[in-house]
Amino acid sequence: MSDPNPAGATLVDIYRRMTLIKQNDERFRALIKAGKIVAPYYSPRGQEAIPAAISVLLTNDDYICTIYRNVHDLLAKGVPMRELWAEYAGKVTGTCKGKGGPMHITHPASGVMVTTGIVGSSLPIANGLALAAQLRGESRVAVAYFGDGASNIGAFHESLNLAAVWKLPVIFVCQNNGYGEHTRYDIATSAARVSDRAASYQMPGVTVDGNDPCAVYAAARVAIERARAGGGPTLLEAMTFRFHGHVFGDADVYMRPGEKEAAMKKDPVPAFRARLIAEGHAGESDLAAIESAIHGQIDEAVEFALQSAVPDLHELTQDVLSAAGEGA
Amino acid sequence: MSNPAKSTMNTIQAVNLALDEALRLDLGVIVLGEDVADEQAGGIVGCTKGLSAKYGARVRSTPISEQAIIGAAIGAAIVGMRPVAEIMLMNFTTVAMDMIVNHAAKLRFMSGGQTHVPLTIRTMTGAGFGTGGQHADYLEAWFAHTAGMKVVAPSCPADAYGLLLSCIFDEDPCLFIENMPTYWNPGPAPEPGARIPLGKAHIVRPGNDVTLISYSRMVGECIRVAEKLAGENIHAEVIDLRTISPFDAECILTSVARTRRAVIVHEAVKPFGVGAEIAAQIHDALFGQLAARVERVGANFSAVPFSKVLETAFVPGPAQIEAAVRRTLGQSP
Repeated sequence: MSDPNPAGATLVDIYRRMTLIKQNDERFRALIKAGKIVAPYYSPRGQEAIPAAISVLLTNDDYICTIYRNVHDLLAKGVPMRELWAEYAGKVTGTCKGKGGPMHITHPASGVMVTTGIVGSSLPIANGLALAAQLRGESRVAVAYFGDGASNIGAFHESLNLAAVWKLPVIFVCQNNGYGEHTRYDIATSAARVSDRAASYQMPGVTVDGNDPCAVYAAARVAIERARAGGGPTLLEAMTFRFHGHVFGDADVYMRPGEKEAAMKKDPVPAFRARLIAEGHAGESDLAAIESAIHGQIDEAVEFALQSAVPDLHELTQDVLSAAGEGA
Repeated sequence: MSNPAKSTMNTIQAVNLALDEALRLDLGVIVLGEDVADEQAGGIVGCTKGLSAKYGARVRSTPISEQAIIGAAIGAAIVGMRPVAEIMLMNFTTVAMDMIVNHAAKLRFMSGGQTHVPLTIRTMTGAGFGTGGQHADYLEAWFAHTAGMKVVAPSCPADAYGLLLSCIFDEDPCLFIENMPTYWNPGPAPEPGARIPLGKAHIVRPGNDVTLISYSRMVGECIRVAEKLAGENIHAEVIDLRTISPFDAECILTSVARTRRAVIVHEAVKPFGVGAEIAAQIHDALFGQLAARVERVGANFSAVPFSKVLETAFVPGPAQIEAAVRRTLGQSP
């Protein structure tokens, strides 16, 4: 992990995760459009490189908190496709028995502790995960994913300050896709860069090209190693773009003409694929095999989700309070 | 508690003792909040005095950042710690409502039971100090209205000790409400380690004519009224809920089935309050058996006022409680 430039196998692993995200996203959109799955959907297409590059630096013991736009973060961190699809489909076999849904995926086995639908709320809780690790003398780190819009909410500022004061092992990862809901970054945000705000909290702030997995990897590696070594938090901003608007079905009417088309020309997935081949890290057939294997796994996951049972109605009264408290 | 030879203590000491006990018993217990460490005087009234000296970094003062305090406590709780987060005043919980209501209360359900939040939020409140509209509200109904939380409000030092220990070692997020004006009132000292179960009410004074249902500071007011009425051969049963949510419906309904009269008393404003829910449940279960409609006594529906004369009139007191009891008995006040 101390290699500043990821080895070939790591690069291929990053590509595998990016492909996993891209293909799953394509399938989610197709199934929602076809009416096979009814769920609010916040496509992460275009943002694949960020969690893919960060997650190869994390283990299952490391925690993440993410947000409503989450499929990329979850798949990159290792949430199994079957359970993820089943949760999106509202089935009892889902990660959360169908009770959390797309905006509230939890999967502790892969370190996914909280997925929140509230802008900015991944940060304060990530601090608590990091605090537990710090108090227990563990080497775990916590990653809080959020968007550029979240940098304008109070929870962001409270969290950065507290993490800096307590030197918590946390990495705040802003996936700056240029828009908070329908409002363009510069209309809503006083700072030229989100990472500029790190200076106010006396922590390192870095902005990288979120389309470049190697740039994300290099910055994340420094941040994660610093956190593990007790050096405290980092604010890492990765510049990116969401190809399918705020929520699936978004007509993008608030975007400037040509903006999305220009961003899509910089699609990180095919670009990274070409780079792996050009630099000799993988052959065309190696990558095609990865893509094909994932395709098959998604077929299987979708089938599993669609065939699974819906939750029993008794679930309405389960998990509200602890078993001792239920019915009290 | 009935041993007259036993020493007394106040609620500040009782809370301190419970925290000390919890910190000693379980390394996962941590205390977070504004000014809680000894360098900051162990809290503005001294509830956490001496604890950081004893337990070090497990007792730590925070910035004035309520969202960050509760968020940190939630994160630590879902990975198995037992944080006690202090939100200095109940009105300041409003700053952290997203963390409390959207996250602490719901993570167990939304995760399908994979995670849960054994978090205790201590907070104090209560009118009487001239602090006006943003430092003295009773907001328990807001939290009782949220599925996934427990809401607890002790009425005396020994209960504060036993209930706080139960909250800390409970598996659900608990809001623990301390009454500020009565912090310094002495009461019988608790038995060391004596936990009081959550969800169970306490009949503090038995009686057969009318049931007074209350919690927190108003329990004392109900006892005073009951003592006075006993002189007229009116015997009021006084129930201290101890836990507001989930409340002990069995205890209430058993009592009211016998007395056929109920008065619910709280310091919170009356409309949409805890009293409304309890009254509804009494009607659901006992409609037709009641000798009088259920009475509710609560504060005036306004902000807590500053001027002493207004503040005193805002809070319900013995006169209102007594009048309500007399209405249930068909007596004009």
